[in-house]
Amino acid sequence: MTLLVPRLGEIPVPRTSPEAAEYWAGTHLGELRYQRCRACGRANFGPGLTCRACQSLDLEWVASAGLGEVYSWTVVWRPQTPAFEVPYAPAIIRMDEGYDMIGALVGLDHTEITAGLRVAVEFHQLTPTFTLPFFHPHL
Amino acid sequence: MTHPYADVAIVGVHNTKQARRLPDVSLHQLLMEALLGACADAGVAPREIDAVIGMQPAELGFDLGLGPFQRTMSSMGIPAVREAAHMIQSGQADTVALVSGGVGLLQNDGATAPWTRPSNELVVSYGLFTAAEFALMARRHMIDFGTTEEQLATVAATIRNNGHVNPEAVYFGRGPFTADDILASPMIADPFHLLDCSMTCEGGTAMLLTRAERAADLAQRPVYIHGSASDSFGPAYAQAPSWDMRGTGSGDDVPAGYVGRRAARISFRQSGLRPDDVDVCEFYDPFSFEIIRQLEAFEFVGPGEGGPFVMEGGIAPGGRWPVTTDGGTMSFSHAGISAQMVQRVVRGVQQLRGTCATMQVEGAEVAMCSNAGAGALFNDVMLLGVEQP
Repeated sequence: MTLLVPRLGEIPVPRTSPEAAEYWAGTHLGELRYQRCRACGRANFGPGLTCRACQSLDLEWVASAGLGEVYSWTVVWRPQTPAFEVPYAPAIIRMDEGYDMIGALVGLDHTEITAGLRVAVEFHQLTPTFTLPFFHPHL
Repeated sequence: MTHPYADVAIVGVHNTKQARRLPDVSLHQLLMEALLGACADAGVAPREIDAVIGMQPAELGFDLGLGPFQRTMSSMGIPAVREAAHMIQSGQADTVALVSGGVGLLQNDGATAPWTRPSNELVVSYGLFTAAEFALMARRHMIDFGTTEEQLATVAATIRNNGHVNPEAVYFGRGPFTADDILASPMIADPFHLLDCSMTCEGGTAMLLTRAERAADLAQRPVYIHGSASDSFGPAYAQAPSWDMRGTGSGDDVPAGYVGRRAARISFRQSGLRPDDVDVCEFYDPFSFEIIRQLEAFEFVGPGEGGPFVMEGGIAPGGRWPVTTDGGTMSFSHAGISAQMVQRVVRGVQQLRGTCATMQVEGAEVAMCSNAGAGALFNDVMLLGVEQP
């Protein structure tokens, strides 16, 4: 049994956009944020300018409880670049608030990943200004 | 109503040599070789070209002494073929060269091919690359329908064996493969083993399109576009590629997992054809699962039936719908960002001419070609036929 752990070495850190500034400000404070439409109530992710359901411009940033379930995943054995130690497990997390996001699974063996596995967010700081969310099992 | 592509014929195609590496060749040289090859194939003098689309269109036209000519940059495959056809159909041009290739893009630094790595801020730090993105779609199909790794491996073995016998394929002679061989290759991004994935290499390709009335005098049997359309669910490798993502619009009954379904329905409607009329499927094969998915997305088989269909020999030589008969991106060529997409249409043309040296589908009259796939959230479709529509 080998626990998957966050890959935090010399991995690529993105240039962040103005549209996602609230998202990254949140992760740095330990809060997972998403956009919610004030007109229809739908959750929107990733950061956008209009609601994907009703095209309203009236979007607000709110905090997620950080809980969801594994919708799909992959276990990578041939890394994108040598900076990523294998195995690692990118996944689609279906958040309880009704949106999907890409994350990576940690805190479990790769053979323990199943569809619908309940997960909770955790945060890891990569640089003095950049913090990345990961997800661990939440039973 | 006249068919939108009634006045357009594909009259020339050419692939340069495809190889893992083509040292000492520039992209410009490769593109020119491809363009001149397509002209020679068609029996058309380069001076007749009045539009160039694809890579380096201005440079190629200048070198040939054309002018004034229309030049349109495009890195796409099927959409570029369609745009070339629109130029002719709308009277902007009479003879269009479409040119694409890739050389000098690959590095030996232990990383995946440079064009496979997403740079979007929401995904870049998670180590995703093309195989992982497509794996997220494949995994969900396995969860929902029970699709198996053996079914995926059977697709890969079928296409790789098509390339194994094709002397023009980069991996000519590298087989034959069984599904067990595919499953025995190293895991890359679960459920994809190494041999479930496309390869990378270098090479060029070109097509020549002209007015249908002109085609009668030329060297080859003309091939016609019977239908074509494209689907997207947003930018590739930026958003989560969730199988059941849905949007609004004319295809709002189609989940992202079946991206391409709306485009296929439009293409079949334009052509008056049905999947049953298709003789050969030159489907894009970035990963083995994509063939199973596209058979379902394009409604050749029902949801979840793609895997069992493959196991019954449905895509094998002599099967109901032979797929990707030159070896595709797994074995024939995958030279960068777009050449391999054009090459699906090139192979469809060769099949309908009846000139394939290997894996010719006897009497093929209708071919369906596709580009891209679910992991990239887009899928382009084109139906080709031997009859003028």
